[in-house]
Amino acid sequence: MDGQYSEKVMEHFKNPRNVGEITDASGIGNVGNPVCGDIMRLYIKVDDKEVITDAKFKTFGCGAAIATSSMVTELVKGKTIDEALKVSNHAVAEALGGLPKIKMHCSVLAEEALRSAIDDYIAKKKAKKV
Amino acid sequence: MRKVYMDNNATTRMREEVLEAMLPFYKDEYGNASSVHSFGRTARTSVDEARAKVARLLGVAREDIIFTSGGTEADNLAIKGVANALKSKGDHMITCAIEHHAVLNSCKYLEKEGFKVTYVGVDKDGVIKLDELKSAITPKTILITVMWANNEVGTIEPVEEIGRLAKEKGICFHTDAVQAAGKIPMDLENMPIDLLSISAHKFYGPKGVGALYIRKGTKIIPQLHGGHHEMKKRAGTENVAGIVGMGYAAELAKIEIPQEVKQLTGLRDYLYKGITSKIPEVTINGHLTKRLPNTLNVRFKYLEGESIVLNLDLEGIAVSTGSACTSGSLEPSHVLTAMGVDPADTQGSIRFSLGKDNTKEDADYVIAALPPIIQRLRDMSPLYEKGR
Ligand SMILES: Cc1ncc(COP(=O)(O)O)c(C=O)c1O
Ligand code: FES
Repeated sequence: MDGQYSEKVMEHFKNPRNVGEITDASGIGNVGNPVCGDIMRLYIKVDDKEVITDAKFKTFGCGAAIATSSMVTELVKGKTIDEALKVSNHAVAEALGGLPKIKMHCSVLAEEALRSAIDDYIAKKKAKKV
Repeated sequence: MRKVYMDNNATTRMREEVLEAMLPFYKDEYGNASSVHSFGRTARTSVDEARAKVARLLGVAREDIIFTSGGTEADNLAIKGVANALKSKGDHMITCAIEHHAVLNSCKYLEKEGFKVTYVGVDKDGVIKLDELKSAITPKTILITVMWANNEVGTIEPVEEIGRLAKEKGICFHTDAVQAAGKIPMDLENMPIDLLSISAHKFYGPKGVGALYIRKGTKIIPQLHGGHHEMKKRAGTENVAGIVGMGYAAELAKIEIPQEVKQLTGLRDYLYKGITSKIPEVTINGHLTKRLPNTLNVRFKYLEGESIVLNLDLEGIAVSTGSACTSGSLEPSHVLTAMGVDPADTQGSIRFSLGKDNTKEDADYVIAALPPIIQRLRDMSPLYEKGR
């Protein structure tokens, strides 16, 4: 096992923030990791000022996948959609005090789940306008 | 916090008395076993005594035991050594899909050198498909290497039958018995086995020392060149302390195996019952009966293994997701994959490998700690939609 997780990673792994679902989510991102087969589902709630007011996740994955899921939900809460789009996997990893090299791809899962949730939100918004 | 070590297939805690037996050879008895003076003679005598003890554990002649730096080196020496020795006879070898990487990667290396290797599959319990093995044999086959017991799921392979098959065809047969030696009774005298690898740290001995049994008359080319050590089959000044430790661990194992088999089989099944009575959707990996007494590998549906291992670690419980050496990789277990386990399900497999120090209290502690962890992780899993 790659035991080199930082304290911050372990802290988020032990007490993940924002686990669960949002029943009336504005956007849902569903992504799988082709490298390892792990899966992440991210829910966001967006208000009419384009601010993400809530985020929740469900993850099937390793310690790093759970910690990055937790961190990405924390990072985007309170951000506008535009700001959230700038949250990269590196930013998530950095906020966690870094990840072991072979676990960097796990943070990509978090970034992609976020992108996918935002895409879903934008698509739904467009659909409503039409 | 209570500490429960259930990762004995990765390595075991060395016995106190084994350490005691080794210490003099790190202090006053520091002679080189090749030297003619009294220091050297003491070392030589001790190495030879250890050789006799290891030979007794396996039921073989002592001059057929070659000490190595561990199971990995024994596997490498057997496979590459035989391939090199017999390459004029043929260029084909047969092994099994669920072997340890010490065997698999030795075979892969030889493929690059021009040999052809057949990787025979296993059934859903991890037992090698004998008919597949039979039909893989060609006139060019020089070596069959199949493990005695698997390190991840504990399944015991039909090595006697394989050996007979090999013998009929005049093919050399090697078995990696690293997980079997010292754990289950073994008597090679009437077994059709030409080479067999073992490792001391899997049976309460020191790390970095192992042995290869080479039946008299087996053609093999050394892989380490140097002095005339170990019947000219493995050069290098003997690791005297380690060898002494291995010898003593072998001697103790020989005496204690029957009792330990009983104790660990009982404890293992108690643990399994406890887990399955409290947690739904748990499946056993490996053969129900033809299995190492100490090994319980189970998969928890909807979950990924590392997150379980980390959570158990936080409770002081040491287990692993598969073999210690592959958990640094992202690939699903090659053993479970070969057994036909669904890719998503290979992820949530955990190996509990018990040892002589484990007690019923340890098992109870694990049985109590596991359900909340599994439930919490399942609640977090997008694959787990039931029970909501
Ligand atoms: C089946 C098997 N073969 C070989 C080895 C390698 O042995 P060692 O650790 O002594 O090199 C191991 C243990 O890791 C094993 O389980
Ligand atoms: S190993 Fe798959 S997400 Fe980390």
